[in-house]
Parts: sequence; structure tokens; C-alpha cells
Amino acid sequence: MSNIDAMIAILKENNFMCLAVPGKIVSVDESNPDLRMAKVNFGGIEKDVCIQWIDDVQIGDYVLVHVGFALNKIDQKEAEKTLEILKKALPKISTKGKAFKT
Amino acid sequence: MKYIDEYRERTAVESLSKEIFSAAKKPWSIMEICGGQTHSILKYDLEDLLPKEISLIHGPGCPVCVTPIELIDKAINIASKEDTIFTSFGDMLRVPGSKEDLLSIKAKGASVRIVYSPLDALKTAEQNRDHNVVFFAVGFETTAPANAMSIIEAKRRGLKNFSVLCSNVLIPPAIEALLESGKSRIQALLAAGHVCTVMGYEEYIPIAEKFKIPIVVTGFEPADILQGIFCAVKQLEEGRYNVENQYKRAVRREGNPAAINLLNKVFERSDRKWRGIGLIPKSGYKIRDEYSEFDAEEVFQTEDSTAEESQICIAGLVLQGIKKPVDCTAFGKHCIPEHPLGAPMVSSEGACSAYFRYKRSFG
Repeated sequence: MSNIDAMIAILKENNFMCLAVPGKIVSVDESNPDLRMAKVNFGGIEKDVCIQWIDDVQIGDYVLVHVGFALNKIDQKEAEKTLEILKKALPKISTKGKAFKT
Repeated sequence: MKYIDEYRERTAVESLSKEIFSAAKKPWSIMEICGGQTHSILKYDLEDLLPKEISLIHGPGCPVCVTPIELIDKAINIASKEDTIFTSFGDMLRVPGSKEDLLSIKAKGASVRIVYSPLDALKTAEQNRDHNVVFFAVGFETTAPANAMSIIEAKRRGLKNFSVLCSNVLIPPAIEALLESGKSRIQALLAAGHVCTVMGYEEYIPIAEKFKIPIVVTGFEPADILQGIFCAVKQLEEGRYNVENQYKRAVRREGNPAAINLLNKVFERSDRKWRGIGLIPKSGYKIRDEYSEFDAEEVFQTEDSTAEESQICIAGLVLQGIKKPVDCTAFGKHCIPEHPLGAPMVSSEGACSAYFRYKRSFG
């Protein structure tokens, strides 16, 4: 594969821009106070992530990561609340309506 | 993966779909602003889970797509210089300039490298002190703090060979311009969840009031998007127009104050040209004078130019939600991801690329 073909293959696989992905903090390195870093696990893959804008980071916290930076911590309570709303919605819904694509 | 899989569960998605069916009495047009949301909608066929009365309009939320052609030409000009390493997110490399793209000048020998993070561009500068390393800082508010951080870090590390070609744009002024123009029939908006993760959503409150439209801050997974649509439909049916936050697990009202402080330190708001849309007042970030040594436009003293767009490409109308990609005569024929006429066919957030990937049979 030529250099350019390899690059096109990389381009096809990568969705960099708006994507922010939740990952779990595995370890924290605060030795440089201007650039605090963490190792973050994304479903088995670990990456170095800058956590400079996040206060009070604990191992096990989930953060939303974009281009190598944590944008915010995921609020576990709010996440659970949203899921509860989704679950509660199930029984009271009528089955009328369009058939869904399978 | 946690915080992703739960929001893709079929039962949750189907139950939300049914809720939308029972809530929607009248026809409504809702714009999802972010191209990432457009991709989810197409990928998961979410339009098939909505009543026919609800139409989704795809918004301009693709930073790669709205980067002006003149700036692409400028990037190509800088990247072609000797002793220069040009670094960029991968999406930018196939975006057509007026004559060529970054990938084609790489083929001719220019040093153009893909980076995942602005910090990787900094590392490149540290490892290549005898080269000018330039980073193409494209992005909305989601990416702007990372771009700002590269400048702060370059200064702290005393790097003299690093600069940034800045194309950071801002969503709220663009939304206002779109609503002001009245060209598309937007009745409600799904705001981009990750932009709001950084900026919060206070800026949207006066927009919702001024144009009397509901704005729902929405995430990116199928259940998020359907829940966002449900909230919007409910407000529309009840005649309300509030700013509502569907994406509470990531978005706080005030956003991320540390990231916002950093943005204000490095950038100031400036007028910006959006490709396909035109000049929008105060819709971009410009590097402040105190950091001008890291501004590639200052370092390389590139001249402003004007360039012609492809005559048949309707990217501008697609970006404004006036036309769909499949309305374009070139779609899937003269314009494909390998040979794009317009940026929305290139970017992983572009509407044309989403239609090409997931709805090609319509073309």
C-alpha cells in the first residue's frame, strides 16, 4: 500500500471532529500542574488524556473525551435519571403506530 | 461501552419513538444542528421511527464543511513551503480548495501529517526544531479549548517553531443568522450536546425567546436524539419555547468554566466567513494579539485571496438546511468521498457523506 493509500485508509476510519467519547479514568498524573494528564480506558483501549479543565478527578470517574482532552465528567446520577425515564416510558406506551424497521 | 450502549438499546429507542407518535398532532420541522447528530440519524434510520409529519432539517454543524475555501488555499500555500510540517485533523485533508487539496500536495512531497490531538502537533514541533510546525485548528466550541491549549502550552514550553492556522467558529451566531434569514422552515432546534458541554446553554435562552422556538440540548446516541425530538415536539404542541437540556449527563447550564476561561484568554470573537453561507458577524475566534507569535497567518504573512466554488455543488444550500444532499445532481455521481466537489461529502460530520454512507440507494 502506498503512503497515500495508507493515509486514505486512516481517514476513512477516523471520525475526529465532533465526536466525544466517554471513557473511564484509570490513573492520574498531576506532576505538571499546567498540564494534568490521565490514562483513560475506552472499552479496552487506553489513551493519554489531558484533564486540565476538570476538578476533583477520581480514578473510576467517567469523562467525555474529545481530541485528547476531557471536556467534562459524566454525571452518573443524571445518566441514571435519564435511563430511568426511558425505562418508565415503556409500560404506558400504546403499541399503535408504524412498524419499525428490523 | 458504558454510557453509550444503554442509549442504543432497541427497547428504549422504540419506546421513545412511540411517545413521539402519540405526542405529535401537527407537522413540525426540527433542525439538528450538529453533523454528528445527522450521522446518527442516518446511521440508525431514526427518520423511519418518526411520524411522517415530523421532518428533520440537517444543520450547518460541520466545522470542516464551513471552513472557507480561501483558508483551505492558505493552508495549502503554507503546507507547500520548505522546512514546514503541516499538521491537521484527518478530515481536512480531502476538503477541496480552489485548485487542489492538502492530500494532493502531500502526494507531491509536502510534509502534511494527520494528528489526533493538538498536543500531538506540539510534540511534532518539539521533535522537529529545525522545521516550522503548523497546526490547522479547525473546530466549533467543542474543539476550540484544545486548540487554545496548544497555544498556551507552546508559549509555556518556549516553542518558537509552532503556530496555529485558526478556523474556530461559533454556533449561536450562526443559528441566529439562519433563523434571521428565514430561508429554512426551522420550528425547533436540537442544540449540539458537545458544544454545550464546553459552553453551557445560557447563550441559547435569548435566541429561543427572540425567535419563539424551542431549543433542546441533545446528545448523540439514538435514544438521546429521539428524546431530544420528543422534548421539542412536546414544546411545539404546547406552544412553549424554552431551552431544555436532554443531555444532562454531560451538559451543565454553565458549561465548563475552566475551558471557557482558557478560550477567553487566547481568543477574541471576530467576524467569520462560513463556506457556503457567507460572512456571519462575531461568529468565530481569532487569536489575541498577545499570542500573535503563534498565529500562522501572522508568521507566514499569507495574503488574502478570493476563490471560486464548484458551480454544480449545492453545499451552501445543504448547510443551511434548504436542500438535502440527494437534491444535488452531482450527489453519488460526480461527487463521492474519494472525489468530493464540496466539503460536506468529505467530513465525517458532513450531511452529504452521511447520505452517501447510509442512504446511497436514494441517490
